[in-house]
Amino acid sequence: MVLSMFDWWRSLSKRRKVRFWRGASYVLFAVLAVGFVVAVDWGRVGDTMFRADLVADQFPDILLIAAKNTIIYTILGFIGGLLIGLMLALMRLSQSKPFRWVSAIYIDVVRGIPLLVWILLIGLGIPIALGIRVPTTYGPGALALSIVVGAYMAETIRAGIEAVDRGQMEAARSLGMSYSKAMIWIILPQAFRLMIPPLTNEFILLLKDTSLVSAIGVTVTSKELTRWGRDGVIHSANATPLVVAGLVYLLLTIPMTRAVAQLEKKAAQSK
Amino acid sequence: MTKAIEIRDLHKSFGDLEVLRGIDFEVEVGEVVCVIGPSGSGKSTLLRCVNRLEEPTSGTILIEGEDITDPDTDTDDVRRRIGMVFQRFNLFNHMTVLDNVMIAQRKVLGRSKSEAEKIGMENLERVGVAEKADQFPRRLSGGQQQRVAMARALSMDPDMMLFDEATSALDPELVGEVLGVMRSLAEEGMTMLVVTHEIGFAKGVADRVVFMDDGVVIEDGPPSKVLVDPDHARTRNFLRMVLEGE
Repeated sequence: MVLSMFDWWRSLSKRRKVRFWRGASYVLFAVLAVGFVVAVDWGRVGDTMFRADLVADQFPDILLIAAKNTIIYTILGFIGGLLIGLMLALMRLSQSKPFRWVSAIYIDVVRGIPLLVWILLIGLGIPIALGIRVPTTYGPGALALSIVVGAYMAETIRAGIEAVDRGQMEAARSLGMSYSKAMIWIILPQAFRLMIPPLTNEFILLLKDTSLVSAIGVTVTSKELTRWGRDGVIHSANATPLVVAGLVYLLLTIPMTRAVAQLEKKAAQSK
Repeated sequence: MTKAIEIRDLHKSFGDLEVLRGIDFEVEVGEVVCVIGPSGSGKSTLLRCVNRLEEPTSGTILIEGEDITDPDTDTDDVRRRIGMVFQRFNLFNHMTVLDNVMIAQRKVLGRSKSEAEKIGMENLERVGVAEKADQFPRRLSGGQQQRVAMARALSMDPDMMLFDEATSALDPELVGEVLGVMRSLAEEGMTMLVVTHEIGFAKGVADRVVFMDDGVVIEDGPPSKVLVDPDHARTRNFLRMVLEGE
């Protein structure tokens, strides 16, 4: 019996073997999915994670306050990160050894410590230890995000600058432009064009990372999505607010992810 | 009268490799000097030292009497007076042709937009690509791109022009249009230092031809002498190989 099955298997062509395995995995997935659907108590899940009245309660404030704040943190962190990253990248490419060193150390130190620790340090640690508080509601979170995102962007920006043909700098210099003029007018505009897809990716990652800002004290009007969802869960003893917050994140990230894919496709074509 | 370019005992090494091993020569104002020689002979490096795109290891270079190897020299100001045309054109790809010829006028010379545009268009006309002013460089043929590169350099009103194998990256049928512009520039009296493989151009246009090999100047004289009856066997061998190829 075993032997004849073995013979039957060996008699199959390679294509039929592939088809067999594919069929087998479909069956396996179907069994797991059906098992999941049957095993889960859907009434209970609906009540605790997606209760209609609680979903309705979230709107419109989850969009007008929480999503708005998430976007504000993202934009502030992105702009700050871009400025810090650009400065670090230029320092890294500079002729001056001390500049290169400072930049390298900054990048290693900042990337070697978790973002949450930076957020806690700036939003909580430093105010308590030194009595210094970064002003404005968004200040501490935005600063922490900028510091860390800047360190990650530095490498992206440096790679972008280095990807611009060396002849461009030589041509600019040969016309009498100083290094900084050549950078500003000739190299950076071309470098940023190359960096649009990776920078958009950074933007999406940052949008999700703003959720860590929820760890430091916020007022009712400065809650971002994660804090909104978390507080909602505690308040209502129901998971619905967090589930809705998750869906709002998707609403923001999926179009952007699609856009990056398009940008990358376009960039690949124009090469 | 001060010389346009005066080079004394110029040495240049890349690490252990000595590319220029004591170069002496000069270019008079209004003179057209062609530098020929096998690849790797150091002629491009020589040209790039003249506007300090390469840092000379030792020796002096005087541009219009000013020592540009002096650390106090304003290299940007020296480069402004020396136009350079590259083998690979190096047009600014993110700008239109007109912006290419305007940007340095605006940012370096501080010319107004209308003045820079006027001068830029004049030079585009001079090289015969004015009708491409609104196009982006990538839409242009190699020959057109190289002529735009010349207009870009000329718009800075340079005292002299350097050509670094300006026709080597071109399809054969496009070489003529670029050499034509170079020829008319020479006729207008522009001081030109031309690194080239085009022996015919050197013969017809150059006042002097310099033959370089292995980092030194082997021969320096009028084309009728250097290209027809050279003193050195190395020059004769080189010319034979180049002319056979043509």
